[in-house]
Amino acid sequence: MSSIAKKTGFGATVWDYITTVDHKKIGVMYLLAGTFFFVLGGIEALLMRIQLMRPNNDFVSAGFFNELMTMHGTTMIFLAAMPLLFGFMNAVVPLQIGARDVAFPFLNSLGFWLFFFGGVFLNLSWFLGGAPDAGWTSYASLSLYSEGHGIDFYVLGLQISGAGTLISGINFLVTIINMRAPGMTYMRMPLFTWTTFVASALILFAFPPLTIGLALMLFDRMFGANFFDHTMGGNTIIWEHLFWIFGHPEVYILVLPAFGLFSEIFATFSRKRLFGYSSMVFATILIGFLGFMVWAHHMFTVGLGATANAIFAVATMAIAVPTGMKVFNWLLTMWGGSIKVTVPMLYALGFIPSFVAGGVTGVMQAAAPLDYQLHDSYFIVAHFHYVIVGGIVLALFGSAHYYWPLMFNQMLDERLGKVTFWFFFVGFHCTFFVQHFLGLMGMPRRVATYGAEQGLDTFNLISTIGAALMAIGVLMLVINVVKTAIKNEKVGRDPWGDGRTLEWAIPQPVPFYNFRQTPLVRGLDTYWIEKQEGNEEGMTYAEPLGDIHMPNNSILPFIMTIGLFIASFGALYNMDADKPWSIFLLIGGLSILFACMFARSFKDDHGYHVHVEDILAEEERLYGKKGGNN
Amino acid sequence: MMRKFKKWRFVALFAAMTVFLTACGEDYLSTLTPAGKVGQEQFNLLLLSTAIMTLVIIVVCAIYLISFFKFRRSVVGEHVIPKQVEGSHTLEVIWTVIPIILLLILAVPTVTATYKLGDTSGMDAVDENGEKTALTVNVTAKLYWWEFEYPDLGIVTSQELVVPTGENVYFNLIAADVKHSFWIPAVGGKMDTNVENLNKFYLHFDEESEGLKDGVFYGKCAELCGPSHALMDFKVKTLAKDDFNEWVEAMQNTDQRTVSADVEAGEKAFVDNGCIACHATDAIATTPENPYASNAVGPNLATFGDRNRVAGVLEHTEEEVVNWLQNSDEIKPGNLMPLYDDVSEQELEEIAAYLMSLSVEE
Amino acid sequence: MDVNKEFTAQTWPDHPEQATLEGKNKFVGFWLFLACEIVLFASLFATYLALKNRGPASMGEEFTTQSLFELPLVFAMTMVLLTSSLTSVYAIYHMKNHNFKGTQTWMGITVILGAVFLALEIYEFNHYVHLGFHYTHSAFSSAFYTLVGTHGAHVLLGLCWITSLIIRNNKRGLNLYNAPKYYVAALYWHFIDVVWVFIFTVVYLMGAM
Repeated sequence: MSSIAKKTGFGATVWDYITTVDHKKIGVMYLLAGTFFFVLGGIEALLMRIQLMRPNNDFVSAGFFNELMTMHGTTMIFLAAMPLLFGFMNAVVPLQIGARDVAFPFLNSLGFWLFFFGGVFLNLSWFLGGAPDAGWTSYASLSLYSEGHGIDFYVLGLQISGAGTLISGINFLVTIINMRAPGMTYMRMPLFTWTTFVASALILFAFPPLTIGLALMLFDRMFGANFFDHTMGGNTIIWEHLFWIFGHPEVYILVLPAFGLFSEIFATFSRKRLFGYSSMVFATILIGFLGFMVWAHHMFTVGLGATANAIFAVATMAIAVPTGMKVFNWLLTMWGGSIKVTVPMLYALGFIPSFVAGGVTGVMQAAAPLDYQLHDSYFIVAHFHYVIVGGIVLALFGSAHYYWPLMFNQMLDERLGKVTFWFFFVGFHCTFFVQHFLGLMGMPRRVATYGAEQGLDTFNLISTIGAALMAIGVLMLVINVVKTAIKNEKVGRDPWGDGRTLEWAIPQPVPFYNFRQTPLVRGLDTYWIEKQEGNEEGMTYAEPLGDIHMPNNSILPFIMTIGLFIASFGALYNMDADKPWSIFLLIGGLSILFACMFARSFKDDHGYHVHVEDILAEEERLYGKKGGNN
Repeated sequence: MMRKFKKWRFVALFAAMTVFLTACGEDYLSTLTPAGKVGQEQFNLLLLSTAIMTLVIIVVCAIYLISFFKFRRSVVGEHVIPKQVEGSHTLEVIWTVIPIILLLILAVPTVTATYKLGDTSGMDAVDENGEKTALTVNVTAKLYWWEFEYPDLGIVTSQELVVPTGENVYFNLIAADVKHSFWIPAVGGKMDTNVENLNKFYLHFDEESEGLKDGVFYGKCAELCGPSHALMDFKVKTLAKDDFNEWVEAMQNTDQRTVSADVEAGEKAFVDNGCIACHATDAIATTPENPYASNAVGPNLATFGDRNRVAGVLEHTEEEVVNWLQNSDEIKPGNLMPLYDDVSEQELEEIAAYLMSLSVEE
Repeated sequence: MDVNKEFTAQTWPDHPEQATLEGKNKFVGFWLFLACEIVLFASLFATYLALKNRGPASMGEEFTTQSLFELPLVFAMTMVLLTSSLTSVYAIYHMKNHNFKGTQTWMGITVILGAVFLALEIYEFNHYVHLGFHYTHSAFSSAFYTLVGTHGAHVLLGLCWITSLIIRNNKRGLNLYNAPKYYVAALYWHFIDVVWVFIFTVVYLMGAM
């Protein structure tokens, strides 16, 4: 078994990435795939904005608009935001806690491929008879009524990628529970690790209801079950409950890691310890907990009764308290610090007012009677875009700049980055701020067009212009990435100069085993402590240099996913009476899957050891004679 | 003195917001110009919550801007190592307690209003003679049109809801195919029409709609229901009580109407082409199988001539009626009405003229 | 840690399933997986309770929980599965004492009992279908078969899993690599058993009353 993979050519590199179980490479793959889907979702959004640019427009047909709208939401949530966050979790969390890999490297790879092929499957619907068109919420009465295979693509695609997410969630929980370096107590974990932890716990409890909901819908469509057919005693409200019991925590699954990323950025570029660390941790946990108590605020107009509405209204308002705590702690982190306005910090600074605006409109909608007016209007569209773009996307962009040197040993161009930020930021507010008023002025959401005489023209036009600015911003970010890759200037360890946490203490490029010796963590912001004490190494070690145990690469996750991918087509076309061959696809695909599982359990995989001389050789290859920690 | 000043500021903020908010939107559609008690209550909540939230934003932005301008590295110096503060319990308590107080200020009216708007017991109230005192309307939402039945009055209409002003009007809501949502933005918040259960709520109409641009309030479907979701509009005509009673009486007599001679050809074409199979031309309610959801296949046309739009979205002209009959699949994709493009133009025009003659208003 | 190291009953650690980092990870990871399974079944239970005895307007009294379920058969199934949980406890007891033969034997008995349970369940379903209570008969039938059937699928998966464990490790005996595997398999089996207790109570007992 080869201990050190050496790149020999393009084919070898591809093979290396397909079989890799290294969290750093998987992180890069998440980033790539997530960006691809993000751009796809963005194009869908642009097409919608062009359609809504003026009243009674016929740029796209109404049916196609519904497909765009559905796929935009589904893609952005499941295939862009979550994977991109997973990318950062993979790239950063093991380094932050002093681990050599995640707890289940094999499953980590499987999780990625499941997400990726689930997303590909979903998007193939565009070419195979039409995309899903019942909204990303896919409410049961409409989704059962919907013709063609769109909804089936939605159900199966999300089922596959959801399984990947669940696997990754468990993986990060176990990694953080079991693999922390000595001295890394829970209350010394960097906040991004904490938020990853809580978000993973949310995944663990939130995804099963979605799995069940999707399964029930699949059974209804495939086998003629009657869960959502009210003429047969079924009940569509069950879908709404299951979906939102998943759907609301999902918001926090996305936004909590974003909070974590911003916490790192604020502390680093204020050159100051995160203010109120323990209350930040507490607030994170509290938000995660309350996140499960409020799902019915998405259903105020469903007719659950005054008592249910009142309870869920008050519970929803309660979430504002821990969220507010976080905002004030960030502000106080800056207070008394030494703020350096780098691109990541610029995104963080842009985040505060944007997210607060998104948060307060959330509280407004928590007031149930007021929500009767706001629900399903453009106000809610504005609200959740303020939270998701103003919170999560800004976090993703900011962290891309922040962690780029950690992942690639290169620095994205700061000047271009700042221009990018202003285009995106201005475009974002321009797009969504006016949408609050569109909603209040009586424009329902998810409309493919609107009448000319209803006073909605101006704001819709402004909104479309904003969307164009955002698109320019995204384009500039891509250019920045390409430019940086071509320039290929190595920046080395701790390039921001103010790194505080363990990931910045590792020499660049990070060796595949992460830490030559397991570090000893001596407090919160351990690298900062070492730097203040003048420790050139950047770390105190908890063990002498010795053999390192590493997991083996494996092609099985990839093949398993391919099997499931094929089987999904079988299941999908099995619903059509005229496609008898589909059953062979189903059986064949599942056979591949089970054969891989069989191979996995019957062939022991003990991993391999990197010996001391291999470590020294690798270090010389990476850093030359002088070693990496100087 | 100080307190008074603060109060004044609050009122000023309120006033400024009201002016700003009401400046946008059209009065027949916007939630910012409420034309009924329910909408007014919701609008008041909007003002209250906006005020509180604006306060929060101002405080956050103030701290944010001060700390940003005071503590930039260019201000404090390149090599300064700031004091590594752990946190502050006092501050934590402050920014926990104050938000809780603010939320309580919002929560109390929220809960009160939730119960108030959720109370539909008035629907079944009776006077000393056992007669129902309140008007009830059964709303059935169908793929891209609305039916309004007045069960106590024995009449039914579609697409255009007619209600009296100055009293609570109660609604029974249900959908016949997929889920929709019943929303009259200018009058009050929405309620979903589910497929499996009946929802009840009430609205209160203050203003007569006659003075509005089209003489009607606009109603919308607020739940995605298919390709023509955006076009599933309805209109609301509010009348003073006496006018409403007149209207009801006229509606109850629609089965006695005689067709005037100039549109007799149209009526014949209407029958010959099978339109009558789906569209009733009198407003008399039949007893449906389901006590609430109507089983009518197509909209009732008894008041077609009084309507404001053809098919909910087109101009109310005979040309547009013909256009609809020929191109209904393009105008409202996914709707269930068959095309009549093989019927001669002349016959369609006759039908259109006939439909326009169906009126209960002068 | 060398996972292939040979052990005797004396050198065998007290908690062999958690003696290696991999074992520890499996242990924690599997508990978390079970947590997620609990939510999964909770969703199914909630759906079942919402749709219990619901059907088309024409559905009569024939296919309701009261008239459909036969408690003696279900009680027998419950006993079989409870016993199998006990036998898997014995298996893990022997695993902890480094008695490989005992482990294999008791695991084998667990599999047999599990298979008996599954056979009874198939018989039960078959019986209902013959009465006319198809999967597509009503919302109630869909919910019933989906809830109980999901449990049955878990039993089937558990059977395959434990069987392959027995076969795979038959020749090489216990070590720190496969001890966690036995442990989590037994854990899974207990979980299946607990879920069945809930099904027995919520679906059958509360249904028959």
